[in-house]
Amino acid sequence: MYTTPFDYHRAVNLDDALKMLADNPDAKLLAGGHSLIPTMKLRLASPSALIDISALDELRGIRTDGDMLILGAGVTHAELLYDKTVAEYAPLMPDMARWVGDPMVRNRGTVGGVVAHADPAADYPAGLLTLGASFKLKSAGGERVVGVDDYFKGMFETALQEGEIVTEIHIPRQAGKGAYEKFRHPASHYAIVGVAALASPEGVKVAMTGAGPKAVRLTQVEQAIGSDLSDENIKSATENAVDAGSLLSDRFASAEYRAHLAGVLAKRALMRVK
Amino acid sequence: MSLVPVTININGTPTPAQVEPRMLLVQFLRDELELTGTHVGCDTSQCGACTVSLNGEAVKSCTLFAVQADGMDVQTIEGIGSMDDLHPIQAAFWEQHGLQCGFCTPGMIMASAEIIRRNPDPSEEEIREQLGGNFCRCTGYHNIVKAISSAAAVMREKGAEAGQAADD
Repeated sequence: MYTTPFDYHRAVNLDDALKMLADNPDAKLLAGGHSLIPTMKLRLASPSALIDISALDELRGIRTDGDMLILGAGVTHAELLYDKTVAEYAPLMPDMARWVGDPMVRNRGTVGGVVAHADPAADYPAGLLTLGASFKLKSAGGERVVGVDDYFKGMFETALQEGEIVTEIHIPRQAGKGAYEKFRHPASHYAIVGVAALASPEGVKVAMTGAGPKAVRLTQVEQAIGSDLSDENIKSATENAVDAGSLLSDRFASAEYRAHLAGVLAKRALMRVK
Repeated sequence: MSLVPVTININGTPTPAQVEPRMLLVQFLRDELELTGTHVGCDTSQCGACTVSLNGEAVKSCTLFAVQADGMDVQTIEGIGSMDDLHPIQAAFWEQHGLQCGFCTPGMIMASAEIIRRNPDPSEEEIREQLGGNFCRCTGYHNIVKAISSAAAVMREKGAEAGQAADD
């Protein structure tokens, strides 16, 4: 399938990309391309220009600053999956990364792309909600950091403004066990439902992706769990815990089935963090 | 939309060309270079028939514009072995009957190389999981998994021999 024609610009550095983005409001950023190119092939997007940021060193790299893990937006899923620093600081991230697509997709797709695209079936948003991540957004006019709770607004909707680029993902060092469980679409491997759980000294956090227009915390499950991670309590806190009312329904899974899966996956994830 | 000059190192040969930005890498390989071993199955980055290696890592060439590969090394199924000197993975697919119609095979072999690159001694479970991005509609995967295990063993042995020879 051919996309519609576009002009191709390879950014030489981040400032160059930001300037081109400011000058071409209709342009899209091309990083891993694993959401953008399929969308363009289906003609759901037909930008007049693409700004290729995939080779920018400024968007690469995994580093730490005190207890903060900082991922460049251009870090690929495969880099996340096999990196020792990520495994030490936020093991929930590779536990999600292993579920993303397949080895070829993981070699190209980027964590920043997932954050910017905000696909309702993306894996990371669930874990990022439990980890309390934040995102550095840069524009030609400046930069700001937005917390995960304020960032994801809805289906493909985020706090990103026109002209802004996600440059970094900040993840506070994970305290306690985390786990991600997923029921995936057998062909695309996107989440039909995914649930992340994190048991830290601050309490137990649970978040769900894939089931609704955006990833959300399952506060009703968190409250029912409290700090009691006994088998019985996990079972009772997750059974029929999710209301189908606000969930997505499509030819792959009804809202009721997604609600059922969310309970089952929450149980499995919580069993792994106890 | 103007053409963009690129030079892509294809199977070890620097290949200059003028490409339209929207040309996919797989179209460039097949339609411009007539390297038709790389197949297009689903064209939606799900089936893996178009898998090639880009700078040593397996990627789906239907989800990459050719311009993005400018200056990079691309290896296709045509570049990993020859009729007279099959790559161990090709030989193992032959010996273990890891194909029927053969349509998925080039992608399977390129994906197998990635699996063995990441882990030279993958378990059967691991192979099945890592093959999640390659669809075969004939074999039921069983002999493909056997072929990858067998190729990995041969490659480990060859690696050990090469190490031994280097020590000698």
